[in-house]
Amino acid sequence: RYYEYMFGQSRRRKRGRRPLGGRGEPELSQLQVVIESREPGCQSYPHLTSSEAYHLTVTEPVAMLKADEVWGALRGLETFSQLVHEDDYGSFLVNESEIDDFPRFAHRGILLDTSRHYLPLKSILTNLDAMAFNKFNVLHWHIVDDQSFPYQSIYFPELSDKGAYSYNHIYTPADVHLVIEYARLRGIRVVPEFDTPGHTQSWGKGMSKKVNSQKDLLTPCYSGEQPSGSFGPVNPILNTTYDFMTKFFKEISSVFPDAYIHLGGDEVNFSCWKSNPEVKKFMKKQGFGIDYAKLESYYIQKILDIVSSYNKGYMVWQEVFDNKVQLKPDTVVQVWMENSYANELSSVTGAGFTAILAAPWYLDYISYGQDWKKYYSVEPLDFPGSEKQKKLLIGGEACLWGEFVDATNLTPRLWPRASAVGERLWSSRNVTSLQDAYKRLTNHRCRMLRRGVAAEPVFVGYCAHEAR
Amino acid sequence: AENEPPWGIPCTQLLVFVATPGCNGFPSLNSKESYKLSVLEGSLLLSADAVWGALRGLETFSQLVGRDENGTYYINKTEIVDFPRFPHRGLLLDTSRHYLPLRAIMETLDVMAYNKFNVFHWHIVDDPSFPYESLTFPELSKQGAFNAMTHVYTASDVQTVIEYARLRGIRVIAEFDTPGHTLSWGPGAPGLLTPCYLGKDPSGTYGPINPILNSTYQFVTSLFQEVSTVFPDFFLHLGGDEVDFTCWKSNPKIRAFMKEMGFGEDYKKLESFYIQRLMDIISSLGKGYIVWQEVFDNGAKVRPDTIIHVWKENSTPYMEEMAHVTKAGYRALLSAPWYLNRISYGQDWMAAYQVEPLKFEGSPEQKDRVIGGEACMWGEYVDITNLTPRLW
Repeated sequence: RYYEYMFGQSRRRKRGRRPLGGRGEPELSQLQVVIESREPGCQSYPHLTSSEAYHLTVTEPVAMLKADEVWGALRGLETFSQLVHEDDYGSFLVNESEIDDFPRFAHRGILLDTSRHYLPLKSILTNLDAMAFNKFNVLHWHIVDDQSFPYQSIYFPELSDKGAYSYNHIYTPADVHLVIEYARLRGIRVVPEFDTPGHTQSWGKGMSKKVNSQKDLLTPCYSGEQPSGSFGPVNPILNTTYDFMTKFFKEISSVFPDAYIHLGGDEVNFSCWKSNPEVKKFMKKQGFGIDYAKLESYYIQKILDIVSSYNKGYMVWQEVFDNKVQLKPDTVVQVWMENSYANELSSVTGAGFTAILAAPWYLDYISYGQDWKKYYSVEPLDFPGSEKQKKLLIGGEACLWGEFVDATNLTPRLWPRASAVGERLWSSRNVTSLQDAYKRLTNHRCRMLRRGVAAEPVFVGYCAHEAR
Repeated sequence: AENEPPWGIPCTQLLVFVATPGCNGFPSLNSKESYKLSVLEGSLLLSADAVWGALRGLETFSQLVGRDENGTYYINKTEIVDFPRFPHRGLLLDTSRHYLPLRAIMETLDVMAYNKFNVFHWHIVDDPSFPYESLTFPELSKQGAFNAMTHVYTASDVQTVIEYARLRGIRVIAEFDTPGHTLSWGPGAPGLLTPCYLGKDPSGTYGPINPILNSTYQFVTSLFQEVSTVFPDFFLHLGGDEVDFTCWKSNPKIRAFMKEMGFGEDYKKLESFYIQRLMDIISSLGKGYIVWQEVFDNGAKVRPDTIIHVWKENSTPYMEEMAHVTKAGYRALLSAPWYLNRISYGQDWMAAYQVEPLKFEGSPEQKDRVIGGEACMWGEYVDITNLTPRLW
């Protein structure tokens, strides 16, 4: 596919070699790709600790791309493809270069939300292409939420049967495998998020007494002495809840090969729990008093234990840490609240946990003008802390929540704004010039257009090959 | 009877009756867009005075047709008498900040028809690029387009747009904005723009159109002669917004002219001098004109049938401006609260919806002078990749 990216758009491309016509200029005839490790990783999945470093030497007649693992070769291939350019006469040129490159941060992610709006496969795959062009390596798939449950579960088909927007708004196991493999070939990890106990309204449609005659998965809310008819977060006091979660996460653990699962844990609204007499009784019995954060922690703790038993690591939103849940040492805490996120990073890393930063990169918050600049100007390590602490910040994610986003506007809304985040997470700390970035970003945007990604304009101007 | 399908007698035909069709003509500000739609058992009738009303009625009809769970198309019994509140319902596209391929423009015209818009305000050229291929002055686009081969609108392209619009009852009003917003005109028309000065010497940069030269008015006459023929609508938009006086002030010849004319230090008078001459030229070509509000604000003497386009949101509250404009006897178009290029997070359609164009203090005659408004999609951050989802 990189051959196509580099030479495909040329109108004057000829098959085979063209005689140089006696110009006698140096010609590059080959790019050799060498993967040095004995276990290149071609049949395996990328991991947080994968090596993405590469060494690129462009000199005639043969250029050399060396990497420890295949993941580094992918990054190097992307770079090489960006070095090749076409002149006005249809010749392809590349400058003699020597590049030694590796990412600053190991976790460079994009969050997509397929619950607020279903995203057709094509949209997700195009986005994976764009991610590869920008050296992103994690797709954080926020696959289900309150509004809809598009994930077709093998053990619990009623979840999507009743919880998806419609039968046309579902990801079958085949769809999921396709995404995972498409991502893998681009060195992109797929980390699914099954957010609980909040953000679960759609789960309740399938897992309810009415449907499968078990207990409701969600907590029935009360109006005084009577059930009000509405439901709240997952019910933390029932054994059936944990039976379900055990089985459900067994499936998730086997469907998604990544070492990590994101368990959510954000924005749990306590009012429903507070209204339910059984829950209140439970609180008393457990000695939690009226501190519902303790009940939340009790639930999360049990889910974390379930997921650990399947040998998966977990990622959680910051509330789980803030509410003092007991976390395993390799938990990744995702900091998303914009208010004093630097302080939060200090707290999280100070407590010895790994962190990833999303707070300043909520790309769904659109505004007029060149907002890529403010994303570019974020310095993730700008928080009070020791060297040791700073090492615990392993990267970040640009998030595109789906309230106002679907396939009609996803690509132009995400790109090239997310490119600014991509560079911030890959490049050195001292690569900060906005002027220089502007030049390269506008160029890169035109490149993405050529490759079929409908990235929106950065500012006034044009591309030689406009989007069709 | 027992065997009759539950949904009634199938409808097979929509009869469209138009009193005075005008199918081969162009829509205008005075076109009648009213229609009557009658949906009864066994009889579907759409009647209108002119074909333009029939188009609106057809759109409405197409929205009334529903489909049930069995896949059957149905329509409810309905009686509709409909006509627009405002006769000028426009959309502005900017093809200078970014070139828009024809496909983008046509798609926009389609969606405009779905939403009963009837004016396409084509802000075709501006500072960054000049994509309009002029027959009289081919150098303008040759030197001024982003790419003279790929980023231009040929005469044929323009006719394609005009006809595509016409078939949807949409007027095409071209805007050739002067004297400001004209940097891209410079390379193809040497001597047209004002050379700016740094002290005694030309600085090498250029400003607005040079209002003191006869050649300017000759050029403008020829260009607008062509534009008047190419674009059939009665109205042309002449622009006249955001004229930066710095360059004029720096130029000694212009300063001399100011003295000669007794304008003092008031460059608004020079701006008005240019605009007035331009408007005379346009009138002599048999066209009417629309101008941005600065032309009115800066005291130019405009003809009584000028339409003033109110766009500023900050300096004066736009409702006050609407009152001033209509009080002075001019017709007004409202765009100020409808700059759709200014995106923000959330359901911003609500703010646009809640605007009440006549919410200002004034007599009924004043209010009658508000002929409508335009949603504007300026192109600084917009091209074909994001135009449609940003606009609709």
